[in-house]
Amino acid sequence: MDPSAAKLIGAGLASIALVGAGVGIGTIFGNYLQGALRNPSAAPGQFANLLLGFALAEATGLFGLVVALIILFVF
Amino acid sequence: MVEAQAAEGAAQGGSRLPNPMHQFEIERIIPLKVFGFDASFTNSALFMVIAATLITIFTLYAMRSRALVPSRIQSVAELSYEFVANMVRDNVGTDGMKYFPFVFTLFMFVLALNLLGMVPYSFTVTSHIIVTFALAAFIFLSVTLIGFVKHGVKFLKFFVPEGVPFVMLPLLVVIEVISYLTRPLSLSVRLFANMMAGHTMLKVFGAFVVALGFLGGWAALGFMVAFTGLEILVAFLQAYVFAILTCIYLNDALHMHH
Repeated sequence: MDPSAAKLIGAGLASIALVGAGVGIGTIFGNYLQGALRNPSAAPGQFANLLLGFALAEATGLFGLVVALIILFVF
Repeated sequence: MVEAQAAEGAAQGGSRLPNPMHQFEIERIIPLKVFGFDASFTNSALFMVIAATLITIFTLYAMRSRALVPSRIQSVAELSYEFVANMVRDNVGTDGMKYFPFVFTLFMFVLALNLLGMVPYSFTVTSHIIVTFALAAFIFLSVTLIGFVKHGVKFLKFFVPEGVPFVMLPLLVVIEVISYLTRPLSLSVRLFANMMAGHTMLKVFGAFVVALGFLGGWAALGFMVAFTGLEILVAFLQAYVFAILTCIYLNDALHMHH
C-alpha cells in the first residue's frame, strides 16, 4: 500500500475515539436531565459537576483526535 | 515530503476548499534573535498582549467609580469576580482564597484568548499545545510545590489510597502516580484540542457554505451561525473547566482529599 494512504487510514481510525466521547457526553447529559427532572431543586447545585464531567469525557475523545492529527502532520 | 505531495495533489485534484490549518500558522511580526534563540514577536504574542491589555483596561475602567449601586459595566466586573471567588471558595475552601488572584488571572486570560479567537481573521493562541502546556505545567509544578511545602514528606501519602488491602498497594500506588503525572498533559490537551478542533470544524464547514454558493448556502449559513454560538459557549466552558480543575488540584495539594 502507498504509505500516504496508510497514513490517512490510520488518522481516520484514530478519530474513531470520538465515538467514546459521544457516548460519554450523551450519558452525562442524559443522566443529569433524568436526575434534574426527578428532583429539580437539587439540579442547579450539580451544574458545576455536570460541566466538569462533560469536559473530562470530551477530553478522552479529543486525545484520539490529537493522535489523528499527529499521524497526519508529524509523520 | 509526503505532506507536500499530498497537499499538492489536493490542490491539483480540483478541490477548491481552503486549507483549514492555515489559520493556526504563526507569523513573525518583529523578527528577533536572543543568544541564538528565536524570540520573535509573533502574532501569537501579539494576541496575548491584546488579551492582557483588554483585561487590564476592562477591570480598571469597570471599577473606576466603585459605586455602591454598580453601573452596568461594574456589574460585569463584579459578576466575574464573584464567579471565580465562588469557584475557589466551593472547591478549595476559605484557606484557598489566597490563591484567588492566580485563579482569577488564569480564568480571565484563557477566557479572553478563547473569545478573541472567535473574532474572524484573528488568531487563537490557545489552539497551540505549547501555550496550554506551558500554562498547565506551571500549574502542575506550583501545585506540587505547594503540597510539599504545606505537608512536607507526608504529601507522598497522597499517592497511597486509604482502606485498600496491603497486597494491592504496589499496583495502586503506581496507578495513582501515573494519573497524577498525566494531569498537566490532560489539562493542556483538553483546552488545545477543543479550541483547535472547534476552529478547524468552523473553517471546514464554512468552506462548504461558500462551495454551496449564493443560492444553496443560506440554510447552511444558518447552521454556521448556530455552530459559532456553540463555539463561543465552548470557549467559555473550556476557560471555566481549566480554572475549576486548577482549583481541584489546589484542593488536593492543600487538603489531600481523595
